[in-house]
Amino acid sequence: MTIDEIISKIADVMVDVFDVDDLDVTSATSADDIEEWDSLSHIRFIITLERQFKIKFLNEEIANLKNIGDLARVIQSKLPA
Amino acid sequence: MFADLAWLQDPPADFRARSKAVRADLAGTAIEERLAELASVRLDLNQLGQVAGLVASYLAGTPPPGPLARARLGVVGAGTLALLEPAIAASALRHRTLLTVVGGAYGSAVPDALDPASPVRSAGIDLALVVLDHRLTGLDRPLLGAGEAAAAVERALATVTAMVDGLAASAPGGVLVTTVPVPPEPLFGSLDAVEPGSVAAQVTAFNSALAHMAAGKRIVLVDLARVAATVGTDRWFDAGQWHAAKLPFAPELIPLVADVVARTVAALRGVTRKCLVLDLDNTLWGGVIGDDGVDGIALGQGSAAGEAFLAVQATALALRDRGIILAVCSKNDDAVARTPFRDHPDMVLKENHIAAFVANWGDKATNMRAIAAALNIGVDALVFLDDNPVERAQVRRELPMVAVPELPADPALYPRALLAAGYFEAVAFAAEDRARADQYRANAERAAFAGTSDMAGYLASLDMVADMRPFDAINRARIAQLINKSNQFNLTTRRYTEAQVAGLEADTAKTTLQVRLTDRFGDNGMISVVIVDRAGGDEWAIDTWLMSCRVLGRRLEEAVLAHIALAARAGGATALIGQFIPSAKNAMVADHFAKLGFMPAGTAADGTTTWRLDLAGYTVPDLPMRIDSTVA
Repeated sequence: MTIDEIISKIADVMVDVFDVDDLDVTSATSADDIEEWDSLSHIRFIITLERQFKIKFLNEEIANLKNIGDLARVIQSKLPA
Repeated sequence: MFADLAWLQDPPADFRARSKAVRADLAGTAIEERLAELASVRLDLNQLGQVAGLVASYLAGTPPPGPLARARLGVVGAGTLALLEPAIAASALRHRTLLTVVGGAYGSAVPDALDPASPVRSAGIDLALVVLDHRLTGLDRPLLGAGEAAAAVERALATVTAMVDGLAASAPGGVLVTTVPVPPEPLFGSLDAVEPGSVAAQVTAFNSALAHMAAGKRIVLVDLARVAATVGTDRWFDAGQWHAAKLPFAPELIPLVADVVARTVAALRGVTRKCLVLDLDNTLWGGVIGDDGVDGIALGQGSAAGEAFLAVQATALALRDRGIILAVCSKNDDAVARTPFRDHPDMVLKENHIAAFVANWGDKATNMRAIAAALNIGVDALVFLDDNPVERAQVRRELPMVAVPELPADPALYPRALLAAGYFEAVAFAAEDRARADQYRANAERAAFAGTSDMAGYLASLDMVADMRPFDAINRARIAQLINKSNQFNLTTRRYTEAQVAGLEADTAKTTLQVRLTDRFGDNGMISVVIVDRAGGDEWAIDTWLMSCRVLGRRLEEAVLAHIALAARAGGATALIGQFIPSAKNAMVADHFAKLGFMPAGTAADGTTTWRLDLAGYTVPDLPMRIDSTVA
């Protein structure tokens, strides 16, 4: 899966997790851009991603992500080649 | 099966659109049923959050009473519970309850419980929930010195007891406490079960003490340790999520935990299913009786299929023995449908176990309505077990308030799917429950008997004996249960806890009455509860009057009035004052006082009506029963 394909799938997840429509998600999107993205919805976000992509994150992998692009790269590294 | 709530259907693909449609129409008609329908499927954490938001928005508009019960639940406990709290509110819709959940601040469970001014205790809650785990209770490390472990368990119990006492002062409806799941990591290994200092042994000892507290009615147990064991503690405990976010258990299990809490809360509020309606072909036996005949259906020892259906029947019978009414709803000729009950040697269920037997070629939704009407219970008290997805869909579409579990392909798993759903959750079990299924069946027989004679002759022929006495400790649990469960024949729908009922027994300004009725068909058990407030001196006010709908049309209300009126007159009163407070379910008693000869004495803005009976003009009617009265 390409980074763009992953970001597109992440964007679908974000609509449900943050309960907002019309999100314009790019690799530069971060928690600062989305009002509903707080520490609690972040937990829901992570576990929904784990379910959608059938992966499991380690805490250290997601502790220092800056934006959706970083997140997509971590996901890509965990998907079967 | 448990972790993925397998008894629920997948959510519709357009769930989000449906949810938004409900949000746009929160003042619309039948909105409570639409909310309940939205939550009737398997929801993930995000969807549960969305539905909880809808519930909160709806309740924020302070809507008038509707078909769903309402309650406010305060939640305190271990770790991060802010994801669980909205999930409980959303799951409560599945159990016909609109729940406002008030969560405490992270890490402040003990002060939230002990401080009367804490945000949780000052939020006007009815109920409180304490979510425990081994870390909050200090049972999280081995204590191998002599007596150390016992002391730790005592300390944990003392803390929880203080929390319960604090919360109980602000939550009149009761305090729910979870048991503590046993962490899977062994210290010694199997010896953990033997060595009291192991974490496993400490937690187990603590849980036993909690169960003892629950048996003493101080708390209502939510047995999370059992839930964790059912899904596996290896899966339950997610160390990564504990370290990262202090989630006390794996977030994938929040939907299950929320549903378990919600069903217990609903049961505590008296909302629970009462009747299991069974399909026959391929549900109670393998094959089609009309095609295969008594010799051809799969039922009984000797084949895996036959034993699986035996297990379904045994499950139904076990439910009946704890007070769940059984009914049959089958597309069959009546005589054919009854043949196995009469002629098949391996049938566990017999005709006399079935309170309402409906076999015809009509649609099942219509028949479900008829069953509810015949048993005098609400359609929302029914659970429908049917292997056929088409029938399930038809009943769900026509009667979304009926609980209809999805069933797995293998009949061997039917019992687990039915029981895992928790439709029949109970917070108490009284001797009365054991006899209830018989009472409903006897009622059906009485109804058939009534068809053959005039009313007065019929009532006289019943040989009724009404036993009337004040509240007492022996019957306290049953009295409290009736006060909290009766909805239809309930003039004021005032709910009192068991502790409050105990207080009424000793209250010299109250006259209380419990009524039992027996007749030629059997013991109907306790069928009426009355609380009269004598504070008004020569005017006695009826605070609470409820009756079981099983005994409607038996002139029992006249007998109860006679008892109260004579007691009031003997006590120097000149009048009885009655009150009718309308609820979503008690319209049937709107004219109760008028029928008994009371005169209207006012109507309040909320529809509450007040009634007055002048005792000077009252005479006791001739009643078709014997009255055995005991005076305090």
